[in-house]
Amino acid sequence: MKKKGWKEIAIGGLIDKGGTAKEYNTGSWRTFKPVVDKTKCINCLQCWIYCPDSSIKVKDGKMEGFDYDHCKGCGICAAICPVKCIKMEKG
Amino acid sequence: MRVKEKEKMATKKLIGMTGDQAAAHAMRQIAPDVVAAYPITPQTEIVMSFSQFVADGKVATELIPVESEHSAMSACIGSAAAGARTMTATSANGLALMWEVVYIAASTRLPIVMSVVNRALSAPINIHCDHSDTMGARDSGWIQIYSENAQEVYENIISAVKIAEHKDIRLPVMVCQDGFITSHAVEGIELSDDKTIKDFIGEYKIDHSLLDIDNPVTYGPLDLQDFYFEHKYQQSFAMKNALSVIPKVLQEFNKTFGKNHDLIEEYKLKDADIGIVALSSTAGTARAVIDDLRKKGIKAGLLKPVFFRPFPAERILKAISHLKVVGVMDRAESFSTMGGPLFSEIRSAMYDSKQKPPIVNYIYGLGGRDIFPEDIEKVYEELESIKRAGKIKTLISYLGVRE
Ligand code: SF4
Ligand code: SF4
Repeated sequence: MKKKGWKEIAIGGLIDKGGTAKEYNTGSWRTFKPVVDKTKCINCLQCWIYCPDSSIKVKDGKMEGFDYDHCKGCGICAAICPVKCIKMEKG
Repeated sequence: MRVKEKEKMATKKLIGMTGDQAAAHAMRQIAPDVVAAYPITPQTEIVMSFSQFVADGKVATELIPVESEHSAMSACIGSAAAGARTMTATSANGLALMWEVVYIAASTRLPIVMSVVNRALSAPINIHCDHSDTMGARDSGWIQIYSENAQEVYENIISAVKIAEHKDIRLPVMVCQDGFITSHAVEGIELSDDKTIKDFIGEYKIDHSLLDIDNPVTYGPLDLQDFYFEHKYQQSFAMKNALSVIPKVLQEFNKTFGKNHDLIEEYKLKDADIGIVALSSTAGTARAVIDDLRKKGIKAGLLKPVFFRPFPAERILKAISHLKVVGVMDRAESFSTMGGPLFSEIRSAMYDSKQKPPIVNYIYGLGGRDIFPEDIEKVYEELESIKRAGKIKTLISYLGVRE
């Protein structure tokens, strides 16, 4: 996507609406990515609570994986998981 | 004084007040929504007088007495982003303590108007006039107006509101006056009536208010490699744009108030051989010296840049290029070893000029050292000798520094 030029953006760095963080791909900052072993996961959703980037996908009360567009790879989910079923892998 | 001018003076209603009081009166009549300020010598009287107006119910401004200048400017930023017309005032070390947020106000494009009563920066501790405080802030992105006397302080503050808030500018403005020399000397001031001022400045309208919960916005977010540069360019563009927009605002000001404001001001410069460039109150002293010299047949003139930011390079060059010698007076040292800030910028602007008269620099009046008519006369004498000799002996002189 072509980035906007200086005439097209609001002055002073103003963000003129809410919810725009979603459009910003923080996933590109990542060095290690979390990978879950769903056979061990007990769906306690501790990772969902602690993830600072709202990048744990949950459906029908079950942990489903990660939103890699926004996951920065901080490793908090892996550290908090009580059954240690999240591993941080390179890439 | 000509008879006509005398008659005009007689019909004017002059009120005796100091430069600080003149600033406070301008603020009272502008009646900003918010003033967040901290008192510091020699600006104290502005905050003190304005607080009195608030306490007496003469103005409905929300006055925030903060605990430091850093907080003063921070509160101003929040208030301006919320959509409130916002003003403050400071001096010297107060401005220095504000530093971080002074830049933020400009880059967030908030049209705050701030009186700065110019005073030397420590150390050694000194409370008297020089321009080292605002000259230090010359690259902060604020517009800077330098006032010669209390009347100009009053008028510049009023026009500053309109300049700052203009949709094609949107930059904060510092209105400077010389500490003690202007801020504490009583002069006859002519005040305009409240209604004319209110009508002139109009209402402050902001497109995006921080308090508009139905349309939430973010001011001052993280801005990295991908967009920060574009925002800086916008700022730079606005400053350049201001050079052509400010004269239009001043024209409107002049029409409304019967004045004659401009980016620069000349005195007997058109037919002059030698001229000095000086900001603020020193320009007033220079006028008197010029009148004396002219009687002796010396063709002396003066250029007073009113705006230092944006820097009216073209106008300045046009005004001084025909001179045989130019002396630039700087009431601030930049320690660049290339002269004071006014000198460096004028000299740099001259690089592209076809006509390049010899130009020398005088650093003067630091820490409030008086600048007497005799001192300025001495400068003109030196310019005369450069003119005769056809060459410069000393590029940068420190006027009156003892050996
Ligand atoms: S690594 Fe960090 S950002 Fe990514 S899902 Fe885990 S907690 Fe969230
Ligand atoms: S913290 Fe571990 S066990 Fe709990 S839901 Fe997340 S991945 Fe599954």
